[in-house]
Amino acid sequence: MNTWLVRNRVVIGVVAMVLVIAAGVVYVVATVRDQNADATKPGAPVQSGLTFVDNGSGQNLVSKLDATGARTAGSMKCLRVYTAGGTTVCLRMGVPGAYEAAVSDSTGKELRTVPLPGTPSRARVSASGKIVSWTVFVTGDSYLSPGGFSTRTGVLDLRTGALTESLETFATSIEGVPDKRPNENYWGVTVAADDNTFYATLGSGNTTWLVKGDLTAKTMATVRQSAECPSLSPDQTRVAYKKRGGRLGTWQLYVLDLASGKETELPGSDGVDDQAAWLDAKNLAYAKVQTGGAPTIFESAADGTGQPRQLVAGASSPSPVT
Amino acid sequence: MYVASTRRTKTAPPVDGPRAGRVSTTVVLLGTVSLLTDISSEMVTAFLPVYVIFNLQMSYLQLGVLDGIYTGATAVLRLVGGHISDKVSRHKAVAVAGYGLSAVTKLVFPSVGASSAGLGGVLAVDRAGKGLRTAPRDALISLVTPVDQLGKAFGVHRTMDTIGALIGPLATYAVLNWLSTRPGPIFMISFCFAALGVIVLVFFVRQPRLERVPGKVVTLRATLDLLRNRGMRRTTIAAGLLGLATISDVFVFVVLQRVSGVSPTLLALMPVGTALTFLLAATPLGRLADRVGRWPMFFAGHVVLFVVYLLLLGPFSGLALVIVTVTLHGLFYAATDGVLMAHGATLVPEHLRAGGLSIVQTGQALARFASSIGFGLLLQSFAFSTAVLVAIATMATALVGVFLLIRPEVSR
Repeated sequence: MNTWLVRNRVVIGVVAMVLVIAAGVVYVVATVRDQNADATKPGAPVQSGLTFVDNGSGQNLVSKLDATGARTAGSMKCLRVYTAGGTTVCLRMGVPGAYEAAVSDSTGKELRTVPLPGTPSRARVSASGKIVSWTVFVTGDSYLSPGGFSTRTGVLDLRTGALTESLETFATSIEGVPDKRPNENYWGVTVAADDNTFYATLGSGNTTWLVKGDLTAKTMATVRQSAECPSLSPDQTRVAYKKRGGRLGTWQLYVLDLASGKETELPGSDGVDDQAAWLDAKNLAYAKVQTGGAPTIFESAADGTGQPRQLVAGASSPSPVT
Repeated sequence: MYVASTRRTKTAPPVDGPRAGRVSTTVVLLGTVSLLTDISSEMVTAFLPVYVIFNLQMSYLQLGVLDGIYTGATAVLRLVGGHISDKVSRHKAVAVAGYGLSAVTKLVFPSVGASSAGLGGVLAVDRAGKGLRTAPRDALISLVTPVDQLGKAFGVHRTMDTIGALIGPLATYAVLNWLSTRPGPIFMISFCFAALGVIVLVFFVRQPRLERVPGKVVTLRATLDLLRNRGMRRTTIAAGLLGLATISDVFVFVVLQRVSGVSPTLLALMPVGTALTFLLAATPLGRLADRVGRWPMFFAGHVVLFVVYLLLLGPFSGLALVIVTVTLHGLFYAATDGVLMAHGATLVPEHLRAGGLSIVQTGQALARFASSIGFGLLLQSFAFSTAVLVAIATMATALVGVFLLIRPEVSR
């Protein structure tokens, strides 16, 4: 037996290789075939409508839910998408290993494509559709190492065409002190109705801050600690953000009333890792992965009442249809 | 003293030994195994950021840290893999275990889902497999290669290995773009490449028969006693010292992008540039090392790295700086990665080969790990330019120290 194995090892090896390749092909073909069924499953009714990335169908098609929950798939493919004021920003793969932000108008015409320095993380468009921003993770080569990451946040002003490649060029003051830290990361921008004021996250060392900035003056100042990925409410009075507070140190969503400084916890949101989107004055949408599953978009009331409502499964990057 | 080289002259040439000027079939087969395995692992590495951020909707930050820690911690497993290989005199079997372990992890990824601990665990097992297989594989290469061609053999192996590393991300891109962004197909295809690698190793690579020398038993003691050999001890210390002064690639690229002022998009292409230079230069430099000496080549490689650090100060800027720096960075790898193993192989007798090589590798890996942590901490409180100056000073010190430590009589 053993000598038979030895004598025929080349033949056995070739047969084994053929079997492995056949099994792989069968699996991949089957997956690709059954993923299309997922693209048409309806979601829950959403009054504002919902634009999102369909992760279930394996094509990352930007899809829409209407007020009744009926679903239509578009043709645009994005990793992250956000749409507001007639402007859509789509973060997608460009050449192998590189990513780009494609900005298009309401007719779907591409206005501008900006190359990105890393893997897309967040994307936003201001309510007017004039200011586009994104955050990417800059990860180096395959040999990752401690401290070997950083984030870059870019802002594009469609009125002037001015591109800020990184917020790190802005002057920042941390808790009233002009910042001299050489190594800091910014992420998750949200721009106010004046298209000039913005909120973002500053991370340095083990601390994160909510910062408030001015796009024209190119300045930022910290507002409070431990608040990430802010999202300003349509009436400009509240900021929703994620904060480590849940069980096991997971993130949870909170809404801060800017005038009173009162922070409200959104129950049932623990484990979230997303920049929430305001669907209207009262409701927030965000993606969260259910245990062992695909990302799912939930809706939570901004006043902290009630449990989250599932809008659509196998989906991420929510924004209201405008 | 050249234990291995003096013994080699007495042993018969290996069964599948090379005809004049060609590397042994076993080396090419092991290169194929590495090529397939690297396609597999680089596919996953390229996919991981997308997978974690989009399929799992998690932050990437913690995972990067975890992965780095495991890479350092499992470096110690190289010692285990190396020693066991010698002990049972079956390098191939231990290598199969290591490659097999990594292959299986590709199928486990989907089932752990969005759990940081689970993902960390799977990555740890993958790295453990890598730790386990490296020393026996390098020992196999050295055992089937005549001493005067070690540099070339390791060069050919590293070239093939790096080709795989370049194909992997392209494969991931193709699958994501044209087939599916679902994680299943990527992990399955990655597993298939890894499985093909294991099959090539199991069915096509032959374990060279080592002449059993009475009185030369493999014990842990004997392996550790290798460090009593002056050449071996100094090589390990020197490789460790230089490892301490080696900052990780990520830092080099991030600093280079800032200093040169080129578009951040080029960050994605810099590792490709380094890998391309590495794969093109590994074989010629290995061959050259066989003629001028492996230790001088290894040392020269670090002098090149020193120049890379000097360039990070930005004597000029723009695309030219990026091209020159990335090319030199690739040359550094080509002149050091396989060459160190070729040098190490001349210092260790055959029956302790895998264990001996693993000592040198582990010393270097742990030192590099320590350096990346240290440099990471440094960057939290100092500017990039300060950190680069520290790297330059450290490398200069290490080079001088090593130059004094390794006298010409051991630098063959």
